[in-house]
Amino acid sequence: MIEIALDIALGCVALAMLLNLWSLLKGPTAPDRILALDTMIINAIALFVLFGVMENTRVFFEAALLMAMVGFVGTVAYTKFLLRGDIVE
Amino acid sequence: MSSVIEYLVAFLIVLGGAFALIGSWGLARLPSLMTRLHGPTKATTLGIGACLIASMIYFPTRGEPFSAHELLIALFLFITAPISANMVAKAYIHRRYNRCSAPEDVHTLLPPPPGAGADWATFGSEPEQGAIKGTVMDGGVGKAQDQGPD
Repeated sequence: MIEIALDIALGCVALAMLLNLWSLLKGPTAPDRILALDTMIINAIALFVLFGVMENTRVFFEAALLMAMVGFVGTVAYTKFLLRGDIVE
Repeated sequence: MSSVIEYLVAFLIVLGGAFALIGSWGLARLPSLMTRLHGPTKATTLGIGACLIASMIYFPTRGEPFSAHELLIALFLFITAPISANMVAKAYIHRRYNRCSAPEDVHTLLPPPPGAGADWATFGSEPEQGAIKGTVMDGGVGKAQDQGPD
């Protein structure tokens, strides 16, 4: 039961990442691309968590936490750069 | 594992995947950035929350001890998602605003302000520069001097 659910969910998340990639390439302005990258990071975290459940291991949670932090800092840095032309003032 | 918990975990996993897909579909499909922000910030964050709850229920039923890693990830994501969405919206509004060359451009390039007589709050913290900003802010100048940049 859980295996089928994992297959469906992993397929959904993979499709979601493809859609993110498409909107990253298409997005007309820089904030659109930043938003697409941020969503892609969140989907990658979901992929990590689902893969951890699939492999029955908890090793991937550290990686997921690290990606959440780096993704957030990256998004803030990009937007800060767009707003101010500088990241650390 | 009892079948009720198994069904619950499977349901939460499918729900999480579906919400992640719906959020990204919204991101790809909606017309402008201010509407596009809704998909990733709400649906995708909810989806990953469902996945994390599923794994939080799944691992203790396998005989492993309960751990707070999932809660930590969920808490971190739920705190940072609105902040990053706010920053993206701010960058978008300021870039559109810098492109305004005449006062009437403000009404066509920017999304409508939140209320009558009120401007977007993010313009209140900008130091005064140029003629257009004076016409748009209408009384936000005093606040700008109190707060300084950021």
